Amino acid sequence: MHTKSIKDLAQGMRAGEFSSVELTQAFLARIKQHQPLNCFVTVTEDLALQAAKQADARIATGDASLLAGIPIAQKDIFCTQGVKTSCGSKMLDNFIAPYNATVVEKLNAAGAVMLGKLNMDEFAMGSSNETSYYGAVKNPWHTDCVPGGSSGGSAAAVSARLVVCATGTDTGGSIRQPAAHCGITGLKPTYGRVSRYGMIAYASSLDQGGPMARSAEDCAILMQAMAGFDAKDSTSVDLPVPDYRADLNAELKGLTIGLPKEFFGDGLSGNVAAVIEQAIKEYQKLGATVKEVSMPNLKLAIPAYYVIAPAECSANLSRFDGVRFGYRCENPQDLADLYTRSRGEAFGKEVKRRILMGTYALSAGYYDAYYIKAQKIRRLISEDFKKTLTEVDVIMGPVTPTTAFGIGEKMANPIEMYLSDIYTIAINLAGLPAMSIPAGFAEGKPVGLQVIGNYFKEDRLLNIAHKYQQVTDWHQRSPKGFE
Amino acid sequence: MTLTADDVKKIAHLARLGINQQDVTSYTQDLSGMLALMTQMGATNTDNVLPMAHPMDQTQRLRVDEVTESDNRANFQVIAPQVEDGLYLVPKVIE
Repeated sequence: MHTKSIKDLAQGMRAGEFSSVELTQAFLARIKQHQPLNCFVTVTEDLALQAAKQADARIATGDASLLAGIPIAQKDIFCTQGVKTSCGSKMLDNFIAPYNATVVEKLNAAGAVMLGKLNMDEFAMGSSNETSYYGAVKNPWHTDCVPGGSSGGSAAAVSARLVVCATGTDTGGSIRQPAAHCGITGLKPTYGRVSRYGMIAYASSLDQGGPMARSAEDCAILMQAMAGFDAKDSTSVDLPVPDYRADLNAELKGLTIGLPKEFFGDGLSGNVAAVIEQAIKEYQKLGATVKEVSMPNLKLAIPAYYVIAPAECSANLSRFDGVRFGYRCENPQDLADLYTRSRGEAFGKEVKRRILMGTYALSAGYYDAYYIKAQKIRRLISEDFKKTLTEVDVIMGPVTPTTAFGIGEKMANPIEMYLSDIYTIAINLAGLPAMSIPAGFAEGKPVGLQVIGNYFKEDRLLNIAHKYQQVTDWHQRSPKGFE
Repeated sequence: MTLTADDVKKIAHLARLGINQQDVTSYTQDLSGMLALMTQMGATNTDNVLPMAHPMDQTQRLRVDEVTESDNRANFQVIAPQVEDGLYLVPKVIE
């Protein structure tokens, strides 16, 4: 059952081949069996079985969505009422969320069965899932390697078939990069498309939640339930949500693909480049034409991001002060000691690094030189994309410069870790939607193809990914031991 | 631009963030490394470019000034480290 698509599982439940309770039990057993991957922070077995019973009743009435009864899991950044919501941090190890994130509400309303909360880099700050207070997640394809991050638990769990699909969030590549490293499909929607309400904030002008699943079609089904305007999120965009499955099979004849030369330069490993080139050839066979494009400001994406994201993070994380919720230090001497020690004892090193960087960039005398400068660069990058997307329909390239690296390999050098996000970060600065699609293997590890589209054209991206998945089977491969 | 250990301690104080003495050196190196990365931005002229704060250049949406939430204080205080009579307790600030 664990290798079937959402559509097939939904049909199986309707045909009486198995119930949601049976499906849920089967996936819960897999989660237990593969506990060493460390994908989950919390498994909500009792709640899941209750939800599965309700889903079975709903399916029996004939009035249920495709997601009804489907076992999923939430990245532990989404608040879940009554269930621990840790955000991968000691700071929130004791935090039982008092309300649900909008994404959680929507997926619950669709009848999806939540099996638990997924491991992640602390406060979504990391590219390897190694900054989690709960320890590193292992890549199911190569258990000595990282699954990517920050949605590493989500990607590894979908890849190992511990859940059918999962939620993720993407601030600088945190859906696409782990999807690429784990050989699954992930969609980072346009900024404002999916509600951020109840999604613990890292960098508010960049954060966006999205679906992670085996195939583009499964992503489309999950995205349908996640997307939409939310009055509770002041940056939510009030536009109608299209039917993401309606045009999945639309022909790609005439599609123009832009290949930015900046995506294929030094730093891209040769065997990743070969996989990407092969994938693009496949698109040409499907009727697409390619065109080389140039976005000269892309090279400034990393410096601009590492000003803007830490600046926003230093402001957002000031709420964790040991007063209203979360960790509080023992025997504070005075109020300053309470703040300083609670934060000092509960935040990990990467989070502290970014709070320090952001505080510095926003401090008197440096604000214009760093923060305003970075925001200006952000506009230049965004203009590069807008201009390019008037010349081509979509932009394609690699998601990552290399395949998944070894656990512990980059932890000693944070800058080197930051540079591994070179192809994903600019998209968040521009606020555009982008996907990672399994495109093959290098050194036995998965490689992801990145497809970047215009604002709110998630339906087109899903169509482009789906057509590729009709002629390739990379997305259907399972890691050894998890078949 | 290179930071000193004293700069890092000052920034940590501004952020009310406790850092271990033995980590000061590595934070100093890391932050200096990040600042070196950022100097790359200086080579690009941005004189007539407007700073971009939001991907859609959207302004904050306002709502009608009406009470829409019910009182959830008790619910929210269940998870607080220390409360009394509906108040959050912290070490005494005023003698």
